[in-house]
Amino acid sequence: MATDTPAIQVDNLVRRFGDVEALSHVSVSIRKGEFFSLLGPSGCGKTTLLRCIGGLDIPDEGVIRIDGTDARQIPAHKRPVNTVFQSYALFPHLTVSDNIAFGLRMKNVPKQEIGGRVTRVMDMVEIPKLADRKPAQLSGGQKQRVALARAIVNEPMVLLLDEPLGALDLKLRKQLQVELLQLQRRLGITFIYVTHDQEEALVMSDRIAVMSTGKIVQMGDAEDIYEHPRTRYVSQFLGSCNLLDATVKRRGASDAVVQTSVGELRVELGANPSEAARRDQFTVAIRPEKVSLSGPNEAPGENRIKVKVEQLIYIGSETHYVLRAGDGVELKAQALNVRGCAPEFDIGKEAIAFLPAAGLLILDD
Amino acid sequence: MANERKGEVQFGEQLTVRSHILRSAMTSGPGIFWVTFFLLLPLVWIGVISFLTRTEVGGFERPFTFENYTRFIGFGFFGFDMLYPQIILRSLVLGIGTAVLCMITALPLAFFIAGLPARYKTLALTLVLIPFWTNLLIRTYAWQILLAPESPLTRLAVWLHFTEPGLPLYPSAMAIYIGMVCDYLPFLVLPLYASVEKIDWSIAEAASDLGADGPRVFWHAILPQVTPGLVAGIILVLIPATGQFVIPDLLGGAKTVMLGNAIQQQFQQSRDWPFGSAITFVGMGAVMLGLWAYARAAGERGGEII
Amino acid sequence: MKRVSLPLWLVSAFLYVFMYAPLAVVIIFSFNAAKHGGPWTGFTTDWYTSLLADKQKQDATWNTLILAVASTVIATALGTMLGYGLSRYWFPGKKMFSLAMYIPVMIPDIVMAVAMLAFFKLLTSAGGFLQMGLATMTIAHITFQIPFVAIVVRSRLVGMDPAIEEAAHDLGASTWQTFWSVTFPLMLPGVLAGAMLAFTLSLDDFVVSFFTTGPGATTLPILIYSSVKRGITPDINALSTLIVLASVIGTIGVTLLQRPRQPSGG
Repeated sequence: MATDTPAIQVDNLVRRFGDVEALSHVSVSIRKGEFFSLLGPSGCGKTTLLRCIGGLDIPDEGVIRIDGTDARQIPAHKRPVNTVFQSYALFPHLTVSDNIAFGLRMKNVPKQEIGGRVTRVMDMVEIPKLADRKPAQLSGGQKQRVALARAIVNEPMVLLLDEPLGALDLKLRKQLQVELLQLQRRLGITFIYVTHDQEEALVMSDRIAVMSTGKIVQMGDAEDIYEHPRTRYVSQFLGSCNLLDATVKRRGASDAVVQTSVGELRVELGANPSEAARRDQFTVAIRPEKVSLSGPNEAPGENRIKVKVEQLIYIGSETHYVLRAGDGVELKAQALNVRGCAPEFDIGKEAIAFLPAAGLLILDD
Repeated sequence: MANERKGEVQFGEQLTVRSHILRSAMTSGPGIFWVTFFLLLPLVWIGVISFLTRTEVGGFERPFTFENYTRFIGFGFFGFDMLYPQIILRSLVLGIGTAVLCMITALPLAFFIAGLPARYKTLALTLVLIPFWTNLLIRTYAWQILLAPESPLTRLAVWLHFTEPGLPLYPSAMAIYIGMVCDYLPFLVLPLYASVEKIDWSIAEAASDLGADGPRVFWHAILPQVTPGLVAGIILVLIPATGQFVIPDLLGGAKTVMLGNAIQQQFQQSRDWPFGSAITFVGMGAVMLGLWAYARAAGERGGEII
Repeated sequence: MKRVSLPLWLVSAFLYVFMYAPLAVVIIFSFNAAKHGGPWTGFTTDWYTSLLADKQKQDATWNTLILAVASTVIATALGTMLGYGLSRYWFPGKKMFSLAMYIPVMIPDIVMAVAMLAFFKLLTSAGGFLQMGLATMTIAHITFQIPFVAIVVRSRLVGMDPAIEEAAHDLGASTWQTFWSVTFPLMLPGVLAGAMLAFTLSLDDFVVSFFTTGPGATTLPILIYSSVKRGITPDINALSTLIVLASVIGTIGVTLLQRPRQPSGG
């Protein structure tokens, strides 16, 4: 098997429930050894896609290939794919070690080997002493690790994780995120991770596919998706974003001057302007952390806008500002509290917001 | 409807309409067949018999007739006979009366158990269950002993001038009601308790916070929350109570005949099966109505209560 | 959590006494030396010893037990399959039938009893192979037991997280293996609960048995009824006490068995 055969290849998948298309012509190619996330709100189809790959659901149209082989020829229980369920789905009547050994027993792995593999995997997920407990005696985090161990002990080619950290508290979640990432790097297994938490996806993934109503809206690596969202939806799903309608006034070789509701702005178009950038009207976006504030007396200049500070939200490490520009348009800005909260930008004060041309993005919609 | 079944995937397998029916036949099939053949068909058969005429030897034959029903409603051999309408009325009153009495007694009991500290709850519930699981006959004839002339209860009644000395407190309507409530109380306590346990007291607190007084808090904030359990319990009691025959038989004697006794008489002593079947069929009608009301009120949760 | 007020304690205590009064009376009077169940004349255990020699009562006990065991075994098997099938698979008319399944639960027992009597008479006169007796009683008992078992099993299955069976599949178990390794063990408590329910229903049944019985097939409840109708003989009290004792032990045992074995919390 060539290493560049994708671990999972999905072509044009369609899955309908009644009149609703839960998956609408979805295609994606997932590489071996990568940590791939499906990100989106509830109902976007990410879990449905995961279940189709795992064999728990059967698509109405389209093909799924696992390491090159058409999955339709492999029934669910024979696929080299294992799932970690959102509700953990541990077998209540079996002990932890029997739970973990389940998959190995189904495959008739010799008894002597089972013991060793189970112990090793339990060490890997750091639950060495829980072997004889029953699931009802475990905490959420422990159940999570058992579910993980039960899946990876089978050494699957692909591991599917369905919002595994959703039920845990914040601190535990963050700790497990890091552990899962390290585990994946160590094992080299392809992980397909479903989540609605954009921060989680950004922290852990090599690549992210953002989904909405059954379609993949944008796919790319974490930084790419965050810094270069292509649609309003993606820009606001990952982090937040200021969105402005823009009309082109003048075009340059690699930039343009546009008229927006906050005034005139210069936008960089780059060497290969996108199809949207070639239109006369498009959406311009800028992330709040790219907007910088300075005192009202600073000299006016390109992309500098007079604003009034309407709201101030102190987060601890950052301060978030809600600003009002001339015509009542709202702008959001963020600043790191490097020297504590900046006193000159208090509520009601006037300031100048600078929207650097390099930080202005042009969206497809 | 059938198409939805087709798209359904259960545990990784695609099930078609055909495979659903096939698997139903293999699993539910025998049970369905048994209940249909040995219960539903016999009920239909009873319906058929109710329209036939009785023979001298106690069997039945054609012609088909409505006579059994008209007699039941009141038109007997010698003109308008109030006997059976009276029986129907008396049984309905018995059923409703039992349900109401059980409700009045079950409410405090349910709240009592719900208010106990957790470790005593199971104990208190089990204590309610134990008499429930002992034989009805035994408990009923025990009341005969308790209501006999020499028992402390009767002596108390004599002292309170309820009755003459030397007379037992049974057979009487009151004895029947005592026996009925004693028997059916757990039927009502259990579902009611299930509802009471789940009460959200914060609603009551909010109500009194907003100025409502005790009775109003109960009526508006607490009662609506227990209604499902209450309704389920009442229906579980009402239907069987109306058709009960053992308790009226042992504690009511020949003086008070209920539907249950009437049916039994026709099938055994009087050997008038067509007429007995007519009475039974009317009883079935009540069950159907009750089932319909139960299905409406308790919905899917009905299964939990058993 | 509301504190329980004093009036509530009093009312509840009274109600508990009310519910236990008949049982207490039976037990006390089983030791009463009075010959015809009159007022107390002295303490004796004679009635208990007389039971040991009473063949009629022993036969009745035997019949009751055989009937209960036989009907429970068959009803549990059929009822479990029914509960499983109803929770998983569809068939035309399923909604209506599910409702019809509640009929034996709510029907007055006398209605069911006479319906079966009429039907059995039809069968016995037509075929000649079936006689009124233990056979017909067993059939009748099974008929009202099946829906109870099915309801218990079904509710147990419906409450089960489907992800558990999916996990079994995901880990390599075929449909058959999933059923035996995962579904059945998880269903078992429900099956046992249903069986115990069916067993108790059969043991306690009077009305249906009364109407579907035949020569030589007297059960304990029927025996007690005829004795009571003829006038209470004190040995009935002794017999009843033993039955009550058995029920109490049974109920306590069942409740203990159903208590969750794991420590709470965690």
